[in-house]
Amino acid sequence: MLKKTITLAALAMIAATGAAEARDQIRIVGSSTVFPFSTTVAERFGKTTSFKTPVVESTGSGGGLKLFCAGAGADTPDIANSSRRIKASEVETCARNGVTGIAEVKIGYDGIVVANSRKAPQYDLSLRDLYLALARTVPDAQGNLVANPYKTWKDIDPALPAVKIEVMGPPPTSGTRDAFVELAMDVGCESFEQIAALKKTDPGKFKEVCQTIREDGAYVEAGENDNLIVQKLEANADALGIFGYSFLEENSDKIQGSIVSGAEPEFELIADGKYPLARPLYFYVKTAHVGSIPGIAEFLAEFASDKAWGEDGYLADKGLIPMPDAERAEWAAKAKALAPLEM
Amino acid sequence: MNDTLPTRVATAEAVARSLRRRYAAERRFRLYGMGAIGIALAMLLILFGTIFGNGWSAFRQTALLLPVTLDAAEIDPPGTRDPAVLSAADYEGQVKAALRAMFPEATGRKDKKALAELVSNGAGYALRDAVLADPSLLDRSFEIRVPASDLVDMVMKGRIRTDVPEADRPVSDSQLGWIAVLRDQDRLSLGFNTQFFIGGDSREPELAGIAGALLGSLWTMLVVLFLAFPMGVMAAIYLEEFASRNRWTDIIEVNINNLAAVPSIVFGLLGLAVFLNFFGMPRSAPLVGGMVLALMTLPTVIIASRAALKAVPPSIREAALGLGASRMQMVSGHVLPLAMPGVLTGAIIGMARALGETAPLLMIGMVAFIVDLPKGPLHAATVLPVQIFLWADSPERAFVERTSAATIVLLVFLVLMNLGAVLLRRRFERRW
Repeated sequence: MLKKTITLAALAMIAATGAAEARDQIRIVGSSTVFPFSTTVAERFGKTTSFKTPVVESTGSGGGLKLFCAGAGADTPDIANSSRRIKASEVETCARNGVTGIAEVKIGYDGIVVANSRKAPQYDLSLRDLYLALARTVPDAQGNLVANPYKTWKDIDPALPAVKIEVMGPPPTSGTRDAFVELAMDVGCESFEQIAALKKTDPGKFKEVCQTIREDGAYVEAGENDNLIVQKLEANADALGIFGYSFLEENSDKIQGSIVSGAEPEFELIADGKYPLARPLYFYVKTAHVGSIPGIAEFLAEFASDKAWGEDGYLADKGLIPMPDAERAEWAAKAKALAPLEM
Repeated sequence: MNDTLPTRVATAEAVARSLRRRYAAERRFRLYGMGAIGIALAMLLILFGTIFGNGWSAFRQTALLLPVTLDAAEIDPPGTRDPAVLSAADYEGQVKAALRAMFPEATGRKDKKALAELVSNGAGYALRDAVLADPSLLDRSFEIRVPASDLVDMVMKGRIRTDVPEADRPVSDSQLGWIAVLRDQDRLSLGFNTQFFIGGDSREPELAGIAGALLGSLWTMLVVLFLAFPMGVMAAIYLEEFASRNRWTDIIEVNINNLAAVPSIVFGLLGLAVFLNFFGMPRSAPLVGGMVLALMTLPTVIIASRAALKAVPPSIREAALGLGASRMQMVSGHVLPLAMPGVLTGAIIGMARALGETAPLLMIGMVAFIVDLPKGPLHAATVLPVQIFLWADSPERAFVERTSAATIVLLVFLVLMNLGAVLLRRRFERRW
């Protein structure tokens, strides 16, 4: 009797697994930065259409694209969110695994802010200041590369306060960290002529000098959770934190964003491109799944509508920095036509 | 004889002298122990204090009593009161119109937007459901309780500082003015947050609930129970009662003890490689989550069950065998029933550990945003600790209290399970 029950249960399990393969629900994976926007659209889409609400997983950009490129069947995700552009190597992996039709959609921008508690004065930083404060090796007065000697902000620029350098930011696994290194450290680093020259002669050395963050305690890896950094900033008025713009917007009564290169981290300035620490956000769609998984085309239409990603759209309320009108129209057309990815 | 007496006196003196020191050492030792317990208790109190302090307010939610006069011609152009037509209408627009009717001074585009931020975008759905339930509402003015936005909710609960300059807070002066007017009219009320217990996940804090995660945890735990409990108990019975002691059983025993100490993420990797990639089972399904967690729980169940079986005195076995019972009858009729309280305790403690686990679920896709409530072990679902993790990572201020509230719910379940284990032991355990 027991044997029969177990066999039956096992059979039922296998049958049910088979049935689940014919999927009627969109599956999205990828970046934790795009996650809040993707989920907002998914929720609206589920509530206002007859389709099921898509399942959105937060796996990180790299992890998401890996899953996305793992194969073309219905057991792989339909859409991958990414806080950086897909890499050529990832497109190759995709192609090797039979994923050839990929459509790219840019959804807007995300600002990275350097913020501190409102109890302390606001900082006015240049990208060079940020590089000098956070890099492991910096050029000294003679132009020789030395281990970072700066202890306080005043050492870097006499106009800055005499406060110990203490910056809390994301760990190396985070897309925000990649973007910060690329947008702030690289640019600040290149402002030194001899290093800029290095970029052509010895790109490996250039990368090492510009992109390695100091490990002597001035930069504190605070984990992926931006709320935690906000709480730590509140408790420690001397510290600065690096995180996404939406967290600054939600907590503007407690923390303030530093001025970077003369621009405040404000919605309009980020959208205009005046604030230097802004990066584009993307998602990628498997075109082969459009039609076989119900609702993908409609989901894209919802995402690419002005009521979602427009200037007054609901994604702007969630902290997404919309693209300018012309760029938005261009990407909306691409999303509609499922234009193939051009590298 | 002459020299023994002084020696004895000297010994007694030495004892008397050292006695005080030894008492002092004992007192110090007790103090250290009490200090250790005190520190542990203080940490626990701080933990519970912050969680409850942050979380209790999430069990109440601000609702707005909105006077509505619906435009029947716009909502139901054919006038047939057909549910399909009724449900497709733009109720969000009607809610906004009703707000503007209350505050006609908001005319500019920016003002209108700020005004619309006072209600949740779930208000439209609430209005739609009310109209679908009673189409006669179209013909008259009425008042309806709709969810207020998380912004209003945070202001009502005093979680947003309003004493700082306007530019430095997420709520504007005009919004504060409207909120004050609504409060004066008794239209804003804090009530029990039912949505939190019946809703699935949402990106809007005021609509987000833990029902989806709770159901997901339930399905996952059912799978764990049905897999880990019978397998664990049977393995324990075989190893303890039937298997002969040799090198093989020793190796198995060492490995079971090792498995109990393996970090849980490793079981997630195993689940990804075997269940998802090899057997092609669905991602994010409680079935797979339960299977992975069952593997993780198995060593705990086996070890606890073996200990419970070992505690049954051999005389019981010998008596049963002596009266002619087979070994099978001895185990199922005598040893297992006597060991059951210990076995169940082990199972419950193992399940409680599985209930709080997130790391292995990350690998098999259960760390996901899922709105629909899972109706079975094959539907995409998430679990309570994952829900806590996802909310803790959300930028909206109102998710902070919801994170703590979900933690409270999880803690309640854990305490109940552990309490069950303790009671079982107290009630049924027999001592020999």
